[in-house]
Parts: sequence; C-alpha cells; structure tokens
Amino acid sequence: MILFLMRMRGILKKEALQILRDPSSIALALVMPLLLLFIFGYGVNLDAEHVPIAIVSDDRGEMAQDLIARFELSPHFELYQVKNELEAESLILSRDVDAIVRLQDDFSSQLLRGEQAPVQLIVNGIDANRARLIQGYVRNIVSNWSRMRQERGEAGAGPPVSVSQRIWFNEGAESRNFMIPGLITLIMTLIGILLTALVIAREWERGTMEAMLVTPLRRVDILLGKIIPYYILGMLGMGMSVVVAVTVFQVPFRGSITALLLLSSLFMLASLGFGLLLSAAIRIQFVAAQISIVAGFLPAFFLSGLIFDLDSTPPVIQIVSHIVPAKYFVTISHTLFMAGDIWSVLLPNGLVLAAMAVIFLGLAYRKISKRLEG
Amino acid sequence: MQALRRILALVIKEFVTILKDPKSRFVIIGPPIIQFFVFGYAATYDLENVRYAVFDESRSVLSRQLLSKVEGAGMFRLSGYLDDDKQLTESINSEEARLVIHIGPEFEKKLRSSQPVEVQVIADGRNPNVALIALGYFGTIVEQFNRELMQQGVVQRDGPALQLVERSWFNGNLRSRWFIVSALGGIISMVVVIILTSLSVSREREFGTFDQLLVAPFTPLEILIGKSLPGIVFGMLDALIFSAGAVYWFSVPFRGTVTALVVALLCFLITIVGVGLLVSSLSMTMQQGLLGSFLFIMPAVTLSGLATPIENMPLWLQRADLINPVQYIIIALRNIFLEGADLSMTWPYLWPLLLIASVTLPLSAWLFRHRAV
Amino acid sequence: MTDAQINDDQGTKADAQEQAILSAECVCKEFAVKGKPPVQALQDISLHALKGRVTGLVGADGAGKTTLIRIAAGLLVPTSGRVTLLGLDSVADSLEIQSRIGYMPQKFGLYQDLTVIENMELYADLQGVPGAERAHRYDRLLSMTDLAKYTKRRAGALSGGMKQKLGLACALIKSPELLLLDEPTVGVDPISRRELWKIVYELVEQDNIGVFVSTAYLDEAERCSYVLVLHQGKLLAEGNPESFTGRMKDRVSLVVPAQADRPRQIYTRLVGSRGIVDATIRSGRVRVVREDTSETQLAAALDGMHAKIEPAEPNFEDAFMALIPQTEGHFQVGRGEGEGAGKMQGSNDDIVVNTRELCKLFGDFQAVKKLSFSVNRGEIFGLLGPNGAGKSTTFRMLCGLLPATSGEISVAGHNLLRSGAKARARLGYMAQQFSLYGQLSTLENLSFFGKVYGLSGKRLKQRINWAFDEFGLGQWRDKAAFALPGGYKQRLAMAAALLHEPDILFLDEPTSGVDPFARREFWLRINSFAEQGVTVVVTTHFMEEAEYCDRMLIMSQGETLAMGTPAEIRDLVRSPQNPRPTMDDAFIGLAEGTVDKASIAAGTAGNEEMAQGDLS
Repeated sequence: MILFLMRMRGILKKEALQILRDPSSIALALVMPLLLLFIFGYGVNLDAEHVPIAIVSDDRGEMAQDLIARFELSPHFELYQVKNELEAESLILSRDVDAIVRLQDDFSSQLLRGEQAPVQLIVNGIDANRARLIQGYVRNIVSNWSRMRQERGEAGAGPPVSVSQRIWFNEGAESRNFMIPGLITLIMTLIGILLTALVIAREWERGTMEAMLVTPLRRVDILLGKIIPYYILGMLGMGMSVVVAVTVFQVPFRGSITALLLLSSLFMLASLGFGLLLSAAIRIQFVAAQISIVAGFLPAFFLSGLIFDLDSTPPVIQIVSHIVPAKYFVTISHTLFMAGDIWSVLLPNGLVLAAMAVIFLGLAYRKISKRLEG
Repeated sequence: MQALRRILALVIKEFVTILKDPKSRFVIIGPPIIQFFVFGYAATYDLENVRYAVFDESRSVLSRQLLSKVEGAGMFRLSGYLDDDKQLTESINSEEARLVIHIGPEFEKKLRSSQPVEVQVIADGRNPNVALIALGYFGTIVEQFNRELMQQGVVQRDGPALQLVERSWFNGNLRSRWFIVSALGGIISMVVVIILTSLSVSREREFGTFDQLLVAPFTPLEILIGKSLPGIVFGMLDALIFSAGAVYWFSVPFRGTVTALVVALLCFLITIVGVGLLVSSLSMTMQQGLLGSFLFIMPAVTLSGLATPIENMPLWLQRADLINPVQYIIIALRNIFLEGADLSMTWPYLWPLLLIASVTLPLSAWLFRHRAV
Repeated sequence: MTDAQINDDQGTKADAQEQAILSAECVCKEFAVKGKPPVQALQDISLHALKGRVTGLVGADGAGKTTLIRIAAGLLVPTSGRVTLLGLDSVADSLEIQSRIGYMPQKFGLYQDLTVIENMELYADLQGVPGAERAHRYDRLLSMTDLAKYTKRRAGALSGGMKQKLGLACALIKSPELLLLDEPTVGVDPISRRELWKIVYELVEQDNIGVFVSTAYLDEAERCSYVLVLHQGKLLAEGNPESFTGRMKDRVSLVVPAQADRPRQIYTRLVGSRGIVDATIRSGRVRVVREDTSETQLAAALDGMHAKIEPAEPNFEDAFMALIPQTEGHFQVGRGEGEGAGKMQGSNDDIVVNTRELCKLFGDFQAVKKLSFSVNRGEIFGLLGPNGAGKSTTFRMLCGLLPATSGEISVAGHNLLRSGAKARARLGYMAQQFSLYGQLSTLENLSFFGKVYGLSGKRLKQRINWAFDEFGLGQWRDKAAFALPGGYKQRLAMAAALLHEPDILFLDEPTSGVDPFARREFWLRINSFAEQGVTVVVTTHFMEEAEYCDRMLIMSQGETLAMGTPAEIRDLVRSPQNPRPTMDDAFIGLAEGTVDKASIAAGTAGNEEMAQGDLS
C-alpha cells in the first residue's frame, strides 16, 4: 500500500510539473477556454436585436402613424424611413435593411371603413432563422396593436382566438443563456479529449514511457497517473468557466453546486476515458490529435445540441449523437443553469454519462500495456 | 529560367509527397467528406419534431379543430395529453414537451357567443431559439384558425381585421440548410488547406528536410510559391466538389456565375494558404503546427457568420472581425449561390482577402529563414 | 572464419550457468512487417552474463542488441525461447524483475522539463526507495556522476554526456542487482564516455552488481570481462577480450608513411587490395589487418611507396573486423576519368572557405566568438568539439542556414551575406540525420535535388546515372527512401549532395549512429572525392575520424582551442608519459586545459619527424 502511494506521489508530481512547464498544455487548458468564452459570449448571438427594417407608407392617417410608432418603440427593430418601394428594395438588396413593412396608402381609411387592411412584410430569407425570428416579432407587434385597439374600443371585435405566451426558465429568450452553458461542455471536451489524447502518445514518442515501464509501475498506476491530474485541470477549467458565465455574462445558475460537481465529474471522466483510450491505442501524437479533433471535438460541437437542435436533424444524425458524451452534458448543463435541479432530466443523462465513463476508462485500461508491442 | 525549374521541381515534390503519404491522402479526402455530410445534415435551424403536449380542458369540437391544425402542421409532434397543472409543469421540466398548449374549459362556449378567448402556450426557454420559433409557428396556426372560424361563420365577423401578408426573398421556404450548406464548401476546404500547409513546413522542420531546402539555392519567394500551390490546388478541388455537392445533393440553388465562384474561392484560398504558412513558419514541430491551426480555425469559423449573424456582435468585435478572411468568403458564397451575384458584385468582398494575403504571405517568407534556429 | 564458442571448456561453462545473473535460452524474436515476410531480429540466441562482471554485447546496427536487451527488461516478449534474470522469467515475472534491476534505454528517456533532482525523486518514488535512505543514495549518485552542482537544472538543458549520466543515476536509484544498459555512450563526448565507464567499474567493484551492456564502440568491448558478438540476429562469437585478440596475433601491422606522403595516400592504396582485411588511419599511421600472418601481400601492395611496416598489438576492433563476413560489395576507389564527384579546377592553393572574426550571438549568449580560419581546395577540413562548443552553430553559418551576427564569411568565392544564393549553389550539404524525402523514391529524390541545383535534361540524366553506379543505388531506384537499409540511406544523401558537382561538400556529423563498416566505407569515399578536387568540411565527435582530415579546428565554448594538422594537434599533448597520444587524448588534454594553447604558436613543424623516429 505504501509502495502504491509512493508510486502515485511520484507520477502525480511528475505530471503536475510537466503541465505547469509546458506552454501548449496551459494554452489549451486556460487560454483556449477563455478565448472561447469571450468569442461565444460576445460574438455568437442568435437573437435578433436592432433589426434594421424599412417602412414604406405614404399614409398620413392616424392609424398608420400609430402602427408605425409601435415599430419604433420596439427594441427589436431599428427603423429606416423610406420614400417609396424602390428605395426600400434597393436597401434590402444592399443589406442595409433585413425586412420591409409596407402599408398601403389608404391603410387608415380602410380600417376606419371597417375593411380588411393588409400589412405586407417582406423579409430577406437568406438567413432563414433570422427571417423567422423577424416574422415572429412583426406578428407580435401587429397582433398586440390589434388587441390594444380592441380594448380601446376603436375596432370591433379583435381576433377570436389570441395567444398568451410564456417562456419558462429564460423569460427574455436570450440565446446567451443557451450558448454559454453549452460552451462549458465544449471547454471540458477540449481538456478531456484533446489534451489527454496527446499525453500518453507523447510519452511514447519521447521515449520517457520506455524507461518508466522498467520499474514496478503497474498499469493501474499509469492510468490513475493520467486521470487524476487532468481531472483536476478539467474541473478547474469548468469552475473558471462557470464563474465567468455567471459574473461576466450574467447567465443565471439555478441548480445546486453539488449537482454541478457530481454531474460534471461524470462527464469529465467519460471524456477523459475517451481521450486516454485514443492516446493509449494510438502511440503517435500527430494521429491521435487528428482523430481526437474529428471524433471528439467536432461531434461535441455539431452533434451535441450545443448550437443546432438535435430533434430537427435526420434520424441518422440523431442516432449518432447518442454516442457523443457531450450531448448528455449539454442537456444537463442547460437544465442546471436555467431551470435548477430537475432530476427527471439530470438523472437519466447522468446515468448514461456514468456508463460511458466506465466503458471508456475500462477500454483505456485494457489498452495500456507494459510491453512495447502493445 | 533556373528559378522556374526550381519552383517546378518543388511543386512536383510537394504533390508527390502529399499523394504518397497515406496520412495526407486521408486528410484530403476522408474527414472532409464526413464533415460535409454530417454538417450538411446536422446544421439546420429549421425545426422539425418539436415535441408538444396538450392540456385541453374544453375537449370541444372547436378545441379539437384547433389542435388538429397543430398536429397537421408537420413540425410539431404530439408527446402526450395532460390532465392537470402538475403534469403540465412536470412535462416541461423533464423536457418531455418543449411546448404545452393549455386550452381553458370555456373555449367553445365563449367562441360561439362571439367573445374573445385566450389560449395559453408555455414554451421551454432552455433553448430560446426553438422556443421563439415554435411560438411563432403556433401564432401563425392560430391566425389561420381565426380565419377559418370567420369563414365558417362560427364567429361573427365584426370590424376590420389586420392581415399580415408575409413573403421571403431568396429563400422562399426559409430553408436554413441552404444558408449553411452554400458556405460549407469554403469552410471545409479551408480546414483541409490550413492543416496541409501548416504541416508542410513544420513537418520538414521536424524531419530536418527544411534545412536542405534552405541550403539549396532557393529564394524565400520560390519556397513560398512551391509550398502554396499544392494547398491552393487541393483546396480548390475540394471546394468545387463540395459546391457541386451542395447543388446536387442538398438541392441548394445556384443562381450566380461560375466565374465568380472560382475567382472568389481562389482569392480565399490564397489568403488561407498564407495563414497556414504563417502558422507553419512559427511552429517548430508538427504538434505546434496543429495547435496553431486550431487556434486560428476556432475563432475564425465561430465569428464568420456561418452559424450566427455578424450583425449581432458588439461593435468592437465586428471591427476586429474585419481581418477575418472567412467572413468574406461566406458572404461571397451566399451571394453567389442564393442571390445570383456575378464577379463585379462579389468584388467588394474579394479585395479585403487579397489585402490580408499581401500581409501574411511576405511575412511567412521572411520567417522561413529567420525562424531557422 | 566464423566461430562458435571460443571458450569451450565444459566445466567452466557449467559453473558459469550457476552464477549467471542473466541467461538466454534459444531465444528467437520475429517482428511482423505489413505486406512483407517477418523480420528475424534474433535467431536462436543462447548466452549468459555473470554476477560481478561487465558483459558486453557488441554488434553493428541492426544486429539485434536492443531487441535482446528489451526482452530482458520485459518490454518485449520472445517469439520462442526464454530469458531468465535473477532466476525469474522475463515474461511471467517481469514486474518483480523490474523492481530489482536498473535499465537505461538507448534514447534518453528522462523528463526534459523536470530538473535533475526531480527526475531522481521520480524514480526513487517509482522504485519504492524508503525516505530514510534517499539522502545517502542521492549523495552517492550525484558525486559519482558529478552532477551535484546541477541538481536544479532542467534535464533538457544538460549536455549529452550529462544526460546519459543522469539516466544512469536514475537506473541505479535502488541499488539494482543487475544493470541493463543499451548503448549508453552513443553520441557522447570522449570525456563523458570515460567517466561513464568509470562509474560502471566502481559499481561492479563496490556493489558486486552484474552489468549487461550493449555497445557499437568496439574499443569499449575491451573494457568488458566477457564479450558477446551479435551479427544479424545470430550469436557469432563469445569469450573474454583476450581470446579475441589472441587469435589476431601477428596479423596486424602499422604502416608508417615516409615524410612526404600523407597517410591518406597509403590508406587509399591499401584498402581492398589482396590479403588486406581492414585498413584505418590511426595517429598518423595506417593500421592494417591481414588475412594471415605473412606480410608478403602487404609489402607487394606498398610497392613504390616509401613506407615502413611495423608489427602492432592487435586489439578488439581488429578481431571484430576479421570476424564479420563481408557481404556488401567492397567499395573500389574510382580512379577513372569522366564523371566524378567534382570538377578538377583550380589549384590546391585556392581558398574555398574563408571566415574572419565570425561571431554569433543568441540574445546575450555568445555561441561563437571571433572565429577566423580558411579552408583550401581539395582539403578535408574537420570541425571538432564537444556538444555546445559552437561547432554546429559555425557549421550552420557556413552553409547559410544561420545568419552571422558579425564578421565575414565567403564560400566558393562569394560573400555569403551578400550573394547567398550564388554561394549556396556551389555547395553540397549532408545533414546529420537522414533528411531526404522518405516518401519519395531514390530516383525522385535525386531528380528533385538535381533540378533544384540547376541540372536538367541530358546532363541531369548523366549525373543520376553516375550516382546510381558510384553508390550502388541502382537496385533501389524506385524504392521509397525511408525503406532503404541504413547504409544506403547515407549513400543516397551523399549522392544527392554531390549531384551538381559542388566545390565544397559540407557534412554534419555524417557518421553518428553508423556502424563500423559503413563508417569505413564513408571515409574511403570522402577520400576519393577529395582526390578528385572536392573540398570537404566535416564535423564529428568521433575523435579517431579526425585522423582522416588534412586539417582541423577544435572548438570549445565558442572559441578555437587548437587548429592544425592531426599530427600537430597530437603533438600538443605528447609527453614522456604518453609518447604516442591518440586524438582522444589530444582532445581531453586540450579540453581539460592541461595543455597550453601557446604551444601551437611555438611551432610544431619539427615534431612530426620526431614522432616517426620514436619507436619506444
């Protein structure tokens, strides 16, 4: 037992010193996460705010002006007043506006007469997502205005059925609250898979593994000697990211720290297992790095629900996503931050992560060998 | 004349090396194809299969009429019927449903007596984009229902109604896939080119053959040309194949000119090769080369406007993003595919690329010799 | 000529087996190769090593030494047969063996980012050395290896010799019963080599451990109590060193050149001639190993040259060269007209390389300080010195790979700083490790370099054909360069460097890691090229190779220690105690400062005459 502890002390000290003295490890573990947090925090935003929109209307009537005022007041839009349709169209072509709202010249008089008055919306559909959001906002403005008129008794009956909508957990529908917790998953993947995929392969390439193997070192020791330091590093990365998320980006955190620690540990172990498996099986750093990017990082980015909604993807993609550990932690992360400790979500996802951790770590253990021929 | 022969020899050597090395061969073909298909299919903001639950206290003809419209809309998928508020809460909390439609008990009665009625919809905000769009869809469905009610004479129409007429340009069905796939050719070929070129010099340094090149009577310019050409050629090949793939596999329309496409890709690839060589010249080992490429690709792609709009970024970030070559090619590609741009319309996005290249390429050439420690 | 057991006394053998600390029984090892038949690394090896002795495993590159040691260490599993250490099986009991032996792999296997003391602590932890013992063990090891002053230095910043000593210290951290050393002295400077062996002897004497060491340095074989010779996976011969040299009695001569002749000319004449097994230049004479005890064939070969033949005491290297079957075609020195390595132009007085007050600064560190020297046409000029002396930096500046901080360099008549490309077009370069394009075939590599240096069309074809003939590369024409056997890789690199008939050939440690045969052949070639008018500038840390140079420069810490012909430099350390110093001695004397540099200026021209007349 004492000998075991002594061996562990030796290896852990060695690994810690190496990490601290190797600039590329620090770059991956600290600089990259911060970089990603700031890029995503500031740069990635799916919300449509201050959408430039052109309003075409020659109608001086009170109705028209009232409706136009609604657009002006809305935080979603920035108004461009234009004289005519032609000017509006050239603005949309030159990308200076993303949408055109057009009221006919007799809009107000039509309404007063009790006739149907169309409101025409033309949206630039190249960014379909943005277009849909814009449509939604315009629709809301128009229907709210309708209702208000109805309440003031100006109009007759408003629409028969109206919708009262509420958004839970993220009232402002801020995409930042969605992106950043997902990003933390990505950061942990960086450390867990990318960094560790290199560490065992590096020892083989540099020849340090060979000398170490001819000692009483056991396979379990080797594995633990890699898991423990990188687990700590990964958790530190996670901690730092959560702190930045909450303090700098004002992302709410409604779950418990215990749940966070427990579940992120499971995810960390699953990622570490995968990375170490790659590293032990492929003893060449270059190849291990490439495979870790293609099989580890990219799926974590595209197939985890981090940006793109998985339910909307074809079945094949959905099936593949089930073996991506990041998928489960993205779900857990969203719930922990925005909703709280909802165990009906946390438990099943957590169990899958636990199973993955056991499987990957087990395979990694099998692959670690004290013989040169593996 | 001598110079040309030297450059030619170097170019041939580069091509043969890349094609003979199974690792490089793999990098050019394997991952790009996988990425093209996976991301082509996975990258979508169009919603399908949005799970929703129904808490219908009215259980009337009219409520069922409304609900059948929802079911028939295609992008929604019924996950279950709820009986009380507790189930409602649980259903959203556990993510069983992303949307819950709550119809009050007086739904039909009120409607038939020409009173306005409200339907409550609760959306899971954990994915706000999905929430907003799902709510938007639902809103449209309700509008259609309202119109139906009036036509059927169920409700007395009294007073004017506003009618929202919507049209979308360039992308009639609002397929977000076109938006992303049109740009995929540029992005994937960029990754291939950067990895290839960033490894080319650092691999030679690591194996010692770079010294041979430096001792030989090459000028830095000649080495630069020799190292850039294969990257540009393979990148171009990949980009054109994936552009064709976008059109024929994913049915993205191609409304622009082929000239514009080729010239735009050429300018972009020259710039990217410059970046790759710069990374390569600064790295002494292949590992550093890979890490350096990664450090460039991550921010460049994230901030390129590929998945999320540049307009949404804070001003200071937008300004910094001006030196990001990827943003230009993405806009150019989208214009060419979806807006039918020709060369003259694309040019405003190409000269910034050439500007960036005019900095990175000479810098790498200078570094060849001066980083030879 | 190949022998089996030399020591054939059955009784002694049985005793030896009982005391054996390591023994191999019919060990075979095969390595599978994709798409080709498996490589037989070891074939039916049976041997022992005894406690309290140093047992040496000697053989050329690829003989199987490393494979055997790795099997003993438990890193590889034999295909058949078994290896037993300390009475335990190397496969089944590897874990226990590994707690009782020390192992030093060929490539430095310690952590470059960790300090000396941190590396030692790591191994102490891994080997379970009790805390109480550590201080004592560290002290002893640090003083043995002379690393006490460097405990806080990062291992990566140590010199080659110091790294090996550290590796040894870590292997010894737990007083092992057996020490396995895989080529521990490769690439290490002569001083450190001697120190490493001193440590090994101390351990054997004081702690009675057994040492099993492999080496490619034949002179080190003489330091072992027992020698095992491996060749191409088979055990060729074994015995104590005396039994080897005993068989060579009366078969070794020294040929002393007359005053006017250079030993090189005699050497070129003798190599490959009838009855001569091996010829090398040592201390200004040509050392010859004959096929038999008669000197007639030797005398016949020397006909016309004024040279004296003297008998010499055989050493292990002689025995080894006589033992190994020569399978490769003997290189014949080309004497014909037509295609050659260089253009015969200009006279021997032309200066092809000239430096004046050359300096190189890396930040604050002065790597090269005011170096001035010149090289004449047709000379073989050597740059010698330990690692860190500045010779590699100087060399790289001469080739145009590194810009000089100050001073002038001119190469082939062009100022390197101003018309670099023109200068570089006239030189050929061969790097330390094989640095041609591994993926390309022999032909493709040659075509590339030919074109790059301005050859084309018919001329290019002519030169490539010359290269195939001269270097025997024709059979490997379309083979990928990385698949070539080691010796042929070297030849390809040299061919590529000479394709364009350069004025100067720059060779950077061309023979490190190369086995004795390839080394001899290499120097033969270089010699013949020099005869054809090619100037050669070479760096090496093999001191005996300095003998092949016409003139040399020995550097230390960026400055010139000594410059002159081999004879002149050897004379600097000549003393009554050491009347016939070797180059090794000269280097050590100069580096340790026991010789006054002023002796150079005092004029050494007359000393050569003295050396020849001195026979005691």
